[in-house]
Amino acid sequence: MELDRYIPRHSPAHRADARLKIVLAVAAVLGIALLPVGAFVAYALVWLVLVGASAFARLGPTRLMRGSWVVLPFVLVAVPLLFTRPGEALLTVELGPIVLTITDAGLRDMLSIMAKSWLSVQAALLLAYTTPFADLVDALRGLRIPAVIVSIIGFMYRYLAVLTDEAGRMSRARQARSAAAPQGRSGGSFTWRAKVTGAMVGSLFIRSYERSERIYAAMLARGFTGTFQSAELARPDQRSLVWFAVVLAAIVIFVAVVNLWALR
Amino acid sequence: MSEATSAPGRIEAAHLHYTYPDGTEALRGVELTVEPGEKVALVGPNGAGKSTFLLHLNGILGGGHGSVVIDGTTVEPATVKRIRAAVGLVFQDPDDQLFSPTVREDVAFGPIHMGVAEHELHHRVERALAAVGMSGFERRVPHHLSLGQRKRIAVATVLSMDPSVLVFDEPTAGLDPRGRRELMAVMASRLETLLVSSHDLAMVAETLPRTVIIDEGAVVADGPSAELLRDEELLEAHGLESPYRLPGESARDAGRSS
Repeated sequence: MELDRYIPRHSPAHRADARLKIVLAVAAVLGIALLPVGAFVAYALVWLVLVGASAFARLGPTRLMRGSWVVLPFVLVAVPLLFTRPGEALLTVELGPIVLTITDAGLRDMLSIMAKSWLSVQAALLLAYTTPFADLVDALRGLRIPAVIVSIIGFMYRYLAVLTDEAGRMSRARQARSAAAPQGRSGGSFTWRAKVTGAMVGSLFIRSYERSERIYAAMLARGFTGTFQSAELARPDQRSLVWFAVVLAAIVIFVAVVNLWALR
Repeated sequence: MSEATSAPGRIEAAHLHYTYPDGTEALRGVELTVEPGEKVALVGPNGAGKSTFLLHLNGILGGGHGSVVIDGTTVEPATVKRIRAAVGLVFQDPDDQLFSPTVREDVAFGPIHMGVAEHELHHRVERALAAVGMSGFERRVPHHLSLGQRKRIAVATVLSMDPSVLVFDEPTAGLDPRGRRELMAVMASRLETLLVSSHDLAMVAETLPRTVIIDEGAVVADGPSAELLRDEELLEAHGLESPYRLPGESARDAGRSS
């Protein structure tokens, strides 16, 4: 289990301040969401920009697309739109008593949602590929996200790996003793196996709970008093701030122009 | 309350009793004084109360009878913050001690909570990592490091607080010989008062001149490691084993030949 998707490269996109990158990524996702339905030319332009950005970050032009398939199960949610939007019928499917009609509006809406989610994921991936996870956590803190939330993200990052190791060791110990008698079947009954799995989950929970108490003791021992404190980050330099403003303005203008065009 | 006159790092525990909420009586009158700069081993069987005692030294546990005094300051709720800066506790499992996304943040955690200024913080982190031979690991992620490396970074997380007392719980447990050697070198290089709980008596014999045996919540023996660790009868009575014993040879023979 690895949360960190960082791909180390030497590029200006990697060197840029993580706070500015987070704001730009959020702005890009918002901007994509605000593009009008059915503006496929605009989607294609955004896609080209992302391909360019991926190449600019030395990730290779196709890396973002290859990574973005994780979005697939989520875009399936948009499929029912095909049949539920009123519009001109394109195709009627009869499944026994159920009659499903695909409409042109439904098709357009579904494709728009799919394209937008796919592009949004690529924008987020660009951030994740070019920024180490620890920098993202630092940057969130720098953006004045409440310290408790940032700390939870930090702890999650640190201990997900520890917990996965622990779960892995437990299941290996189970496998090592999951033998079969020379004759006869192996594996026990389904309910018995379900019970064993349940007990493993329970014991993982207890272990984590006990670990959390030890971690808390380790924090107390180093002077933790209940409020999270951390070192201040340096201010981003003038040049990155100018770049930041230019990209942010480009996103805003692009979204505004496309929307005005659609209203025409 | 008298201020310490000499170098800091004096530990005085008197009549220390502690009972866990579930009724387990872990400490039954621990008496122990450690002078500044002394290097002391705390040995005894599992469940003897070693860890419970260590947790009293900087006020993680408390509220029983008796007292712990560090450099003339009694450990109590009002003084606990100052005590925690003076007593650095290194826990057995570095995965408990290293809870931040990066090594640098973890080593900086203690100093930040002590209010150390920004420009000094960087310096302290660097110095602490250098002291354990882990310079250049600032941006690394703890779960990508080996157990030995994590152990040494756990030591750095308390060194960065400039403590006068270092307390280790089972520092060499689970380490390979090289990792164990490296950690022993770190311990030997420190000038702070050292109190180390361990089952690794060979390490004790080599690194820590004084040994305190604790059993059933009380100190049962206290003396030079070279003497105590050769007393097979005493060690066996408390579930321990002499590190000098070789197959077919008794500890007394080993003592004579050396």
